[in-house]
Amino acid sequence: MADTSVELRDLVKYHGATLAVDHLSLEVRSGEFFSILGPSGAGKTTTLRLVGGFERPDRGEILIEGRSMQNVPPNLRPVNLVFQTFALFPHMTVFDNVAFGLEMRRVRRAELRSRVSAALDMVKLSDKHSRLPSQLSGGEQQRVALARALVNRPAVVLLDEPLGALDQQLRQEMQLELKTIQKQVGITFICVTHHQEEALIMSDRVAVMDHGRVLQVGSPQEVYESPTSEVVARFIGLSNHLSGRIVTVDGTTCTITSSDIPTTQPLLVRRPPGPMEANRVMLLLRPERLHLSQDAHACRFDNAVSARIDKVTYTGSEMQYLLRLSDSVLWRARLPNSGARQERFRVGEAVFLCWNADDGVILTE
Amino acid sequence: MGIFFFIPLLMVLAVSFASRGTDGGVEWTVNLTNYAHLADPLYLRIYGRSSGLALATTALCLLLGFPLAYSIARAPIRWQGIWLLLVMIPFWTNFLVRTYAWIFILRTEGLMNTVLINLGLTTQPIELLYSDWSILIGLVYGYLPFMVLPLYAALERLDSSVVEAAWDLYATGWFVFWRVVLPLTKPGVVAGCIFVFIPSLGAFITPDLLGGAKTMMVGNLIQHEYLVMRDWPLGSAISFALMALVLLAAMAYFKTDGRLDRLERGG
Repeated sequence: MADTSVELRDLVKYHGATLAVDHLSLEVRSGEFFSILGPSGAGKTTTLRLVGGFERPDRGEILIEGRSMQNVPPNLRPVNLVFQTFALFPHMTVFDNVAFGLEMRRVRRAELRSRVSAALDMVKLSDKHSRLPSQLSGGEQQRVALARALVNRPAVVLLDEPLGALDQQLRQEMQLELKTIQKQVGITFICVTHHQEEALIMSDRVAVMDHGRVLQVGSPQEVYESPTSEVVARFIGLSNHLSGRIVTVDGTTCTITSSDIPTTQPLLVRRPPGPMEANRVMLLLRPERLHLSQDAHACRFDNAVSARIDKVTYTGSEMQYLLRLSDSVLWRARLPNSGARQERFRVGEAVFLCWNADDGVILTE
Repeated sequence: MGIFFFIPLLMVLAVSFASRGTDGGVEWTVNLTNYAHLADPLYLRIYGRSSGLALATTALCLLLGFPLAYSIARAPIRWQGIWLLLVMIPFWTNFLVRTYAWIFILRTEGLMNTVLINLGLTTQPIELLYSDWSILIGLVYGYLPFMVLPLYAALERLDSSVVEAAWDLYATGWFVFWRVVLPLTKPGVVAGCIFVFIPSLGAFITPDLLGGAKTMMVGNLIQHEYLVMRDWPLGSAISFALMALVLLAAMAYFKTDGRLDRLERGG
């Protein structure tokens, strides 16, 4: 198990009467950028604080590099936490903030100096080493917090909503930079976020969490394109849903019908792995996989259903359509804005929604 | 408001330059003899022991008050109000009455000695009352809330994640306190120390009752000059010198601190 950095075994944590973490097990590999993604109140931060040692699990075990962390206080764990609010020491300069951990471990002055300088170089703050945190911008404070953790060369860096306090533009820059720095230092990062796009952009693997439990663990592509549950699909990106029944199954595909929409032909979908026992299923479709056409035969896709346009939204980079398939079914479609020659549709217009078998995902209920 | 505050002060200042009349009145012959009297060796001894007692009181209040304020500030919100109320409740009773209560506790056949004897810690009652120790106990008791309240205010504002960050960065309990908690609550510590030091320096009821009127502090000296010796000018001179000294010390402190503050804000 040399490549396992952090292992959580059957963790249980109550906050008063509420179950914050519910029999949670996870394995984080050495050197990976691992994100825990979930809505607020899912137990993500509690999980992170359990790894950091700020809270004790009511049950279960935490191993870091194979060593049990039972009764090990935060100051003795090979782990550093980047706090959501950064928690920089306001009375110390940037240099002293970053040097704090090394100083506490009695690293010699010369080595301390060179390591702090290197860490500040990495986050591009060498010229601000004598500033106080209050003199820095939000983004700079975030970098100091990161440098303060990295300089100790811990086994794991924990990040609690690391970009939560930053504005949108800075956030996007920092997402890529965090990822670059992580690859550069090769330290395991465990990052907690409720921001799905952020998790997908930065992570090697993502764990989707809700109500104290892990619902799915996988690469960003896996959780986005093959969600194993409706909750995961709903949480990661927008998706269209349609409940139906399986009609036929063959090697790679199956067909379903739904009584919720007036369709003439069964819909063709990629067959999920494993045995197909359930009869009732849920079809999931991402809005960006849908195509719109006025002629069902002109669009060369596996499936086409008729719909009426309910609403059109122009966002600049794309056109967003709200489409009514029937009284009870409302779908979204997002088409990239590809220029003036693109076919535009108006509210009230009757269109066909088209997609291929590979674009849909089937969830058994 | 300012007028009501300054008029008595100016009167004290004016009187301090006058001299005592033969029958104890104030004679307006302006001179500095009162201030020259301040350096009397007898008085110097009184200033010395007063400062010593006031310093000890401040130190003890800080030592007791910090953990108390810390635990109140870290208690659940709904408990914080209750604890603070308990700290303040003694204020609702007359200070004289509370000081008398200490006589009953500390005297030879009092509560403390009874407990000590029953526990077998001593066979004979200990002379607790009418010593510097009883004055110290009385002063600490009286002024502890003045320490706890500003400390609580400072600690309550302290961001708990900063404390956790220090812990996360390998600091042990002592270093978390010394390097993070104390520097960040320094304004509260300074305010508490000033609030305790100044009134204990000028205290006269406590040394009078618990010290048995045989030991004098500056407060007693001033009271003595005013009421017993009927030498208002000298009493005024002592009061004014005391106040000026404290004020200067406080100003010196805030000046250096203000400079640091400006530095921190990058001015």
